[in-house]
Amino acid sequence: MGNAPITPARKLTDAEARLAEIFAMQQSADAPQLAKLRTAAFDAFAKTGLPNRRDEAWKYTDLRALLRDVKPLAAPPEDSAKQSARSAAVLEGVSARRIVFVGGYFAPALSDLADMEEGLSVAPLSEALAKGDAATTAQLGQVGKVDDPAFALNTAFMGEGVVIRVGVGVCVDRPIQLVFVAGAQPATYFLRSLVIVERGARATLIESFEGETAQEYHVNAATEVVLEEGASLERLKISREGAAAMHVSTFVASLAADAQLSDFGFNLGGAVLRNQSFININGQGAHAGLRGANILKGREHADATLFLDHAAERSESKALFKSVLDDSSQAVFQGKILVRPGAQKTDARMMARTLLLSEGAQANCKPELEIFADDVQCAHGSTVGALDENLIFYLMARGIPQAEAQSLLTEAFVGEVIDIVANRSLREALTGLVSERLRTR
Amino acid sequence: MTALLEIRDLKAEIAGKQILNGYDLTVKAGEVHAIMGPNGSGKSTLSYVLSGRPGYKITEGQALLAGADLSQMSVDERAAAGLFLAFQYPLEVPGVATMTFLRAALNAQRKKRGEEEMSSPDLIKRVKELAKILDMDMEMLRRPVNVGFSGGEKKRAETLQMMLLEPKLCILDETDSGLDIDALKVVSNGVNQLRSKDRGIVVITHYQRLLDYITPDVVHVQSAGRIVRTGGKELALELEETGYARYQSEAA
Ligand SMILES: Nc1ncnc2c1ncn2[C@@H]1O[C@H](COP(=O)(O)OP(=O)(O)OP(=O)(O)O)[C@@H](O)[C@H]1O
Ligand SMILES: [Mg+2]
Repeated sequence: MGNAPITPARKLTDAEARLAEIFAMQQSADAPQLAKLRTAAFDAFAKTGLPNRRDEAWKYTDLRALLRDVKPLAAPPEDSAKQSARSAAVLEGVSARRIVFVGGYFAPALSDLADMEEGLSVAPLSEALAKGDAATTAQLGQVGKVDDPAFALNTAFMGEGVVIRVGVGVCVDRPIQLVFVAGAQPATYFLRSLVIVERGARATLIESFEGETAQEYHVNAATEVVLEEGASLERLKISREGAAAMHVSTFVASLAADAQLSDFGFNLGGAVLRNQSFININGQGAHAGLRGANILKGREHADATLFLDHAAERSESKALFKSVLDDSSQAVFQGKILVRPGAQKTDARMMARTLLLSEGAQANCKPELEIFADDVQCAHGSTVGALDENLIFYLMARGIPQAEAQSLLTEAFVGEVIDIVANRSLREALTGLVSERLRTR
Repeated sequence: MTALLEIRDLKAEIAGKQILNGYDLTVKAGEVHAIMGPNGSGKSTLSYVLSGRPGYKITEGQALLAGADLSQMSVDERAAAGLFLAFQYPLEVPGVATMTFLRAALNAQRKKRGEEEMSSPDLIKRVKELAKILDMDMEMLRRPVNVGFSGGEKKRAETLQMMLLEPKLCILDETDSGLDIDALKVVSNGVNQLRSKDRGIVVITHYQRLLDYITPDVVHVQSAGRIVRTGGKELALELEETGYARYQSEAA
């Protein structure tokens, strides 16, 4: 792999220079097809370098400024880290199939790959790549056309994650939970997963990111999902990163006719959290629900950036993002709906609501519509406000102390998003996580 | 014996505007008082001042609940000390399940008083009993607090809360308005069940009709922010005949 030149006539940042260095050293036993994929991705990244605030899509999360240095690629974790990962991200009452990664490495002893449902296959990405699995390599990075430097970096460096296939017509009831636990040392993790849900199949995917450590670490995660005709996926991403962590994640999905995607992102901790979603609605009658909730405090910053590409008739998208912001935390919501010519009868709705618990907190909302079909329904809106004083008074007049009244009302605010989760035990577990987070204000 | 509620020369304002102008009222345990008076005379203001609604400021005088100075307590402390206000306009609380709300309220009060919390099964059982007395569908109580309730249903729900919390002093601000004839009987019956020698009840109303069901021991006429006349239950009948004209000119 050659050292790709960075074309703009500007001085590379330390981080960019370091990334180029690490990439050049990453000479490995990759199959040629994979090596080509990585090089093309790094070249694409090198053209622009790290995105900054002059890039529309990264306007409020200036990665070039934020990423001052690059932590080393993770080394295999120590046993103690694996031990403590045993109970990480356990969702009360949810009997999920756990696939655990510690410090960026697959932890077989903590993972459950036994008694796989018929028609379901789950394999660590490293295994698929090492085997030179051509089908996987061919699909990586091809789920949608994504022109984004963070995603390109992920492709260039992707190390671990899973490849999941759900066979035609197979309904997997037991949720599959990917648990990514940060290691104890400062490190950069490039995590990548590919999920194929074949015709008429159904599954539930949970991605949990956790970091106990106060160490600075960087996560660059990406998940690509293919939903074939009539397939359906409920996906939950729960980020509870460490206080100094930077987490950038990309979600790419393609929906064929009548496919159903229901995606939820919960940001419950981390210094900088960026979740970007590229949803390609390619089939008629497909439905995408995209929901998220941020519960932030301190100086935490969370950015949800959404691209919804409607390219087929009679498709629907519903986006609802809620933020609860305390102290001097910040939430960004950028949503762009594109309705392509011919995507008639598209119904696309987007709403961002923010609850400010403190005067120092800040919300930035930027919705955008680009519509090239005439018979469509599109709407977007946003609200920013504080808790209703009259409601607090009403609750207190019944004897509920102020702090508890505030928590109840805040939980109710977030609850609107949780209520949409179809899986009941997941709903309850999420409610628990959210109230725990709110009560440790 | 200390009165349950003792209001002495109370003056209070909202947004810099004085609404209560030297209010005096004493309610003893076991008594039911009715307060009647024209629109805007400050009846709801009195109830908010007593319960501690933000924005309402006592500038002079005192209000004591069983001897304790209400102005020194937070809103929730007043509730735990036994003050309950049935709101003239009960609020809807989207997203907060009624049972969650009732449990939080009851157990917070009990905790503050050093009493044992009520278990969930006991709570559900009790709420079911009360719903039956108040002729309410349990289905309604599975919804978020008051959300989508009709005006009359909200008044029943307020009464249910009051019966569950068993306060020492109940203030009912126009609980009768918005109730149909049957509902008025049902709610009055609920309120009457709360009558006891340890409890005081203050009903604010515009209509003599409520007092046919909840017979008051004392009736007050309030005008321009204070009580201008006090009498027995026949005073309500008299008001029905004469209206408030003479009291308003007196107060002015
Ligand atoms: N926030 C406020 N700012 C200014 N004036 C207010 C405010 N709230 C109430 N008032 C005024 O205080 C006065 C008393 O109002 P209050 O609601 O206590 O009357 P009331 O006796 O309960 O009337 P009703 O019989 O119509 O319920 C009214 O003149 C009202 O306009
Ligand atoms: Mg009133």
